Amino acid sequence: MTALYLSIVLAPLFGAVIAGLFRNWIGRGGAHWVTIVSVAVSAGLSLYALYGHVVLDWPVYNENLYTWLVAGNYGFHIGFLVDHLTVLMMSVVTFVSLMVHIYTIGYMHDDPGYQRFFSYISLFTFSMLVLVMANNFLQLFVGWEAVGLVSYLLIGFWFKRETAVTANMKAFLVNRVGDFGFLLGIAGVLMVFGSLDYATVFAAAPAHATETVTWVGSQPWSVMTILCLLLFVGAMGKSAQVPLHVWLPDSMEGPTPISALIHAATMVTAGIFMVARMSPLYELSETALSFILVIGAITALFMGLVGLVQNDIKRVVAYSTLSQLGYMTVALGASAYSAAIFHLMTHAFFKALLFLAAGSVIIAMHHEQDMRKMGGLRKYMPWTFLTAWVGTLALTGMPGFSGFFSKDAIIEAVHHADRAGSDFAYWSVLLGVLITALYSFRMIYLTFHGQERMDEKTRSHLHESPWVVTLPLVVLAIPSVVIGWLTFEPILFGDFFDGVIFVQPAHDVLARMGEDVHGGLSFVLHGLTGAPFYLALTGFAVASWVYLKQPELAERMARLFAPLVSLLERKYFMDDLYMKVLAGLGRVSGTALWKAGDQTVIDGLLVNGSAKTVGFMAGVLRHLQTGRIYHYVFAMLAGVVVLAAHFLF
Amino acid sequence: MNNWPLLSLLIWLPMVGGMVVMFLREERQALARWVSLLVTLVVFLLSLQLWLGFDNQSSAMQFVEQAQWVPAIHARYHLGIDGIALPLILMTTLVMVLVVLAGWHVSQRIEQFMAAFLLLEGFMIGVFCALDALLFYVFFEGMLIPMFLIIGIWGGPNRVYATLKFFLYTFFGSVFMLIGLIYLYLKTGSWALADWYAQPLSLNEQIWLFLGFLLAFAVKIPMWPVHTWLPDAHVEAPTAGSVVLAAVMLKIGGFGFIRFSLPVTPDASQELAWLMIALSLVAVVYVGLVALVQADMKKLIAYSSISHMGFVTLGLFVLLGALADPARQDAIKLAMDGAVVQMISHGFVSAAMFLGVGVLYDRMHTRMIKDYGGVAQVMPWFTLFAVFFAMANSGLPGTSGFVGEFMVILASFQAGFWLAFLAATTLILGAAYTLWMVKRVMFGEIHNPEVKKLEDIGSREAAMLTVLAVLVLAIGVWPEPLLDMMNISVTHLIELAARSKLG
Repeated sequence: MTALYLSIVLAPLFGAVIAGLFRNWIGRGGAHWVTIVSVAVSAGLSLYALYGHVVLDWPVYNENLYTWLVAGNYGFHIGFLVDHLTVLMMSVVTFVSLMVHIYTIGYMHDDPGYQRFFSYISLFTFSMLVLVMANNFLQLFVGWEAVGLVSYLLIGFWFKRETAVTANMKAFLVNRVGDFGFLLGIAGVLMVFGSLDYATVFAAAPAHATETVTWVGSQPWSVMTILCLLLFVGAMGKSAQVPLHVWLPDSMEGPTPISALIHAATMVTAGIFMVARMSPLYELSETALSFILVIGAITALFMGLVGLVQNDIKRVVAYSTLSQLGYMTVALGASAYSAAIFHLMTHAFFKALLFLAAGSVIIAMHHEQDMRKMGGLRKYMPWTFLTAWVGTLALTGMPGFSGFFSKDAIIEAVHHADRAGSDFAYWSVLLGVLITALYSFRMIYLTFHGQERMDEKTRSHLHESPWVVTLPLVVLAIPSVVIGWLTFEPILFGDFFDGVIFVQPAHDVLARMGEDVHGGLSFVLHGLTGAPFYLALTGFAVASWVYLKQPELAERMARLFAPLVSLLERKYFMDDLYMKVLAGLGRVSGTALWKAGDQTVIDGLLVNGSAKTVGFMAGVLRHLQTGRIYHYVFAMLAGVVVLAAHFLF
Repeated sequence: MNNWPLLSLLIWLPMVGGMVVMFLREERQALARWVSLLVTLVVFLLSLQLWLGFDNQSSAMQFVEQAQWVPAIHARYHLGIDGIALPLILMTTLVMVLVVLAGWHVSQRIEQFMAAFLLLEGFMIGVFCALDALLFYVFFEGMLIPMFLIIGIWGGPNRVYATLKFFLYTFFGSVFMLIGLIYLYLKTGSWALADWYAQPLSLNEQIWLFLGFLLAFAVKIPMWPVHTWLPDAHVEAPTAGSVVLAAVMLKIGGFGFIRFSLPVTPDASQELAWLMIALSLVAVVYVGLVALVQADMKKLIAYSSISHMGFVTLGLFVLLGALADPARQDAIKLAMDGAVVQMISHGFVSAAMFLGVGVLYDRMHTRMIKDYGGVAQVMPWFTLFAVFFAMANSGLPGTSGFVGEFMVILASFQAGFWLAFLAATTLILGAAYTLWMVKRVMFGEIHNPEVKKLEDIGSREAAMLTVLAVLVLAIGVWPEPLLDMMNISVTHLIELAARSKLG
């Protein structure tokens, strides 16, 4: 088994190293072949492991590979934990990665950094596998930061562009804020449990359920709440939850294939995965779960709203991703971890599909991303058009498509939850359905339907993308349609995650829902009568009316609600807050400390000051040593007189 | 080879080599280079013999050499190493090979330049080996002379100010240590560190001694607020000088705390741990912020060094207050191990950072960030190294920069949540100043026509950076061999620090 899992992880690393270091020798073809074959090996073996674990009932694998370091009785290891959650993640990651690798051949065809790009995306696949297969917090953190590194490299892939290299630094730093909390959380885990090994920690967790500590102040806090909140800060960074979401829209500066792979399907879901993995801890803190619920709900609703006013096709999809990550977070907060992972999976397929479709459009438009200059593309690129529709129907949760199963499950689960914040979360995710439909269909209509608004030169060059681009679209469209049907019962209501995800019976909203579910058809029929479906239909209808029949209506509405639109366009002023206020504050305080502290007080006053004092004193004392004999004689005489006077009187 | 006086060879071989090189005729430049390289390589190979022969199951000093030195004052030539000195010596001998390569193209009086570095190598190794306090002091001060010359002769335009500042600053610190050393000699009648470790001392005596040691070592490391010599020294020093300064000389401060403060004045160390913790955290936060706004690459890396060395002192002192607490023993070990790992890691990472600046400076003759931009377009291989070492400097897992910081932060949490909170700000600050510099230097459009003409690194530069990259990666991926080397010695250090000398 070890050999199997090790091959899954190391194959992409091998491809990355070959393509990266020997890029000049192996050439473009060599680079894409070596990486695609190695990721294909990884994907094939992952699917085999999925089959083994799910169908053949392989036992859970939990082994340390080597000891990273030992200090006292603290041991830190590198090792794998492979259970149902892991194999699911491994399969999703490697499968989407494989599709993206193939797609890249077409998308990056003319790019001078072709080999470098393949090297990076393979390195990413390796890092992500390290993250999901970890059996301890150390390795989780290693993978966590490694995917952050590759994300940094890929966002700034076109390093000549000022916007790209600003965006990648921003992404890294915002993620580092999250990691800051995450690392403190890990430190807390080590302190409380004396180990970073998942199994050890999870087994010992219930014993600390009611323990309180006074770490942060004199008030006693539940130790589990502190740990869970700190760890969740990491998830907020990586999974782009408000207020650490600001990096994700800017990450669209990177080439589109990585937006699909990293910033939609895999890396950004690491936070969701992490919380699900830690369910034995999170279940012990009602406070932390409420916090997660509210943060997720805010992200789901308010980031969706920003998506309404975006004109850049990739940014619409990016805000949609933020909103969908909010849905997953809400599910976590409602203790519906399985629903979060389920949505993670369906989202990985349909959102990767949507990004890649957007990329296909961008290729056709010669790297024009403004939807106001598109329109009517369905004639020119039928495959892209069809698959984009499939992705959109899945995203908006139309009954039967994969997104329907996962999203409906989340909304229902929140409805069943009775945790503080669950009402707010329920209304947010419900309203979010309407918003999702509005921005999604707006995007589809602006891009593929209506008037052709591009210039003549672009129009004359429009054509469908090559097969290396359309093939991944089609392959991803299939699970976007069927994966929900096929898997929702075992994952949401069955025993798929038994022994992996832990839910306290009192919190188990999915079990309560499961009582009413009898097969896929009944779930779909039930969905047809529910509020989310009608909200999605409303969004569809409004978007169709506005963007197909009354294009000028949108502009009139925009004028009517100008302040609101402006608020959305400025992204609630969050970017200004960070870039101007916080980053500015860092620079100002750095300058102040340097000029006032180092240069004025320490160097000016103490160092050079003492040198000057010595110099001054020397200058004064120098007058005593004039070198003139009569001065010295006079001084001696004066001394004799004083001494004589002292002894005589 | 086990009967050879290995430590003496390590100390005196470079010194003798230095003397030979110094008296080479001025036109024999190539010979001076090659002899120096040969000497450092032989010294490096000899130091590997130390590693092979080292018994990491023993906390006793190994490879011990003893001889009379100045009988009148009982000073002895007494050498030996433990598992903490060993990795530091290995790092020193390796870095010195790279330093000779880094100075390969110095044109002005290269024989003297190389000689200064070889002498310096001998002194530095001597510091790590000395078990006699007077011998330690002689090596400790001896280091100043070659470094003084290196900055003063081969330095930049403002070298005189920098040299004087460097010399007076460090000399000022060590004078107070000397008083402490003499006091201890008068008290014990011996210069042997082992005798001093066993000598009972009142708390008052210990506090004065501790403060004396502190001044010497705090300047060396350097700790805030006696750090301002370092940025000036780095800015003026030639590349090779900066590399030695950052990689090895700063470590001698940390090593001093390990050899003197903790075992000789354990009670005072506990008593004043709060001060050390506070100064360390100031280094991390305050100096991190200062690094952010530097316009000169070398100054930025110098401040970054100070900030990173804060983790060394933090690791050594953060849990001294919990020495008696059985529940914190593992955390204490973690913190102290972390401090030593951080020293080694910083040696390699900072060496690489300064070599990187040297690569650019050799071509452009400017260290100002604003003169660059878009270097990645013309120097792709250099960019690979630069980004890699920048990530190591930001403490990315998988690089050595992560290991020590991770250990110290995790341990600090057990001393107090807010201590770990402040220490962990390095995750944000370290990444911010490093990556911002990388962005402005390496990425973006080329706006300076000189940058367009840059040539990518040659084989000599690639070799230096590759050696460091491999080590940084190796320690990051698998630090256990390093930990294993020093494990027993650190445990022994903790025992010494926990043993009260009062009463």
